[in-house]
Amino acid sequence: MSDRLLAGLAGRNPVGLGRHLAVHGPMPDVTSELVREVTRAGLRGRGGAGFPAGIKLAAVAEGRRPVVIVNGTEGEPMSAKDRSLLRRTPHLVLDGALAAARAVGAHEVLFCASPQANAVVAAALAERAAGSRREPRVTVLESAPGYVAGEETAVIAHLEGRAPRPRVTPPRPAQQGYRKRPTLVQNVETLAHIGLIARHGAEWFRERGTSDRPGTTLVTISGAVQAPGVYEVASGMPLADLSRLAGGLTEPARALLVGGYFGAWVDEDGAGMTLDDADLRRHGAAVGAGVIVVLGASACPVAETARLAGYMAGESAGQCGPCVHGLGSLAGVLDRFATARTVPGDGERLVRWTEMVSGRGACAHPDGVARMLASATRLFRTELEEHAHHGACSGCAAPATLVLPGPSRARAAA
Amino acid sequence: MTRRPTAPPGEELVLDPIACTGHGLCAELLPERIVLDDWGYPMIDPQVPASLREHALRAVKACPALALALRQARAG
Repeated sequence: MSDRLLAGLAGRNPVGLGRHLAVHGPMPDVTSELVREVTRAGLRGRGGAGFPAGIKLAAVAEGRRPVVIVNGTEGEPMSAKDRSLLRRTPHLVLDGALAAARAVGAHEVLFCASPQANAVVAAALAERAAGSRREPRVTVLESAPGYVAGEETAVIAHLEGRAPRPRVTPPRPAQQGYRKRPTLVQNVETLAHIGLIARHGAEWFRERGTSDRPGTTLVTISGAVQAPGVYEVASGMPLADLSRLAGGLTEPARALLVGGYFGAWVDEDGAGMTLDDADLRRHGAAVGAGVIVVLGASACPVAETARLAGYMAGESAGQCGPCVHGLGSLAGVLDRFATARTVPGDGERLVRWTEMVSGRGACAHPDGVARMLASATRLFRTELEEHAHHGACSGCAAPATLVLPGPSRARAAA
Repeated sequence: MTRRPTAPPGEELVLDPIACTGHGLCAELLPERIVLDDWGYPMIDPQVPASLREHALRAVKACPALALALRQARAG
């Protein structure tokens, strides 16, 4: 019994207000005390960075005229958890968003998600319209496309009518965000957890998960599994158990991509690791956005990594030189490996440039690519060398496991 | 949190990576702390001791993109 966020959900249709309240119980009155409760719960942000939600709430609550942004951008192509939550249990996300707004003293909530998700949220809001008029005002807005568009300063830029590109921090959004106001930018799943913490408290929340990452976590499992999809698990679950959860493997696995496209490749058996940052960090990985991709043995890890590097280079916001040039150069090296066109020194360049781009941008995009490539270089060393010497393998022509959307035009729009 | 009262916090270089366009003047003026990467963008060791302060200021002032700043190092 792991289901908390997904409790009472059947099928893909949104749960109405009546059933939502029957499953989760009524929302209690929320005060600023919720900030302390979320802090005690140890809830970490579920958008990717894993920042403690309580610290963010407390920082925003200190400011004047704060605003809350519900971040449903979900720019990570292999993640479906946020849109799944919004489209199936919009009232739980709304509970969390409104609770967070009350806790920090915000009268305004900006909902930023896809048109499909927004339609469901708008319907859920209409259902509630008969309720209290003291609720914070909720505005529903369409999210921007692109991998980095979900980064919180990029979300703010987008909602202010500018290109969805990250800016240099500090100041953090909690100090100076949307229209210079203190802004809480919180991921959809994070807010849904807050909707439950407000009801059941910190002790209840910590009954599941690990001490470093209490509670349950949504994971999106895809690739070589029988039943790809969004699952709710307790943090600390062995990685090896995740493919079983998704119906088992469709073929022997070669590797797992953990976290997302900014995550890390790990051994197919999970190398004894669990879904917990304290554990994953030792292997250069992180829970991230809860993405788990199982790469089957029939796929080619070199071709997949090369295509992924090319996609991530193209998704740079185009603002910082080391990201633009560094990721482009790295994608070029990977492509040469994948197509047996390496030139002398490419192996060294791959290692050198991976280290060189890390920490060099206004946002963490280059760091994420560096982490992913460092893990690929470690895990796929043999395959990289084989490709360099012998060219394409039998797996190179296999259908791509990693989904790569078209160019987001985030840069073109700038 | 423990900072020796005798050691002043000192100053540090801060780069705005969005503003930086890789002119590279900073690396010429402050090679002790700044080297250029393989694409011509500065990689910075931010700690500036008093002995390098003059050179650091010169590098800051020379930047055509106004991307480099010298600030009081943050505590902690």
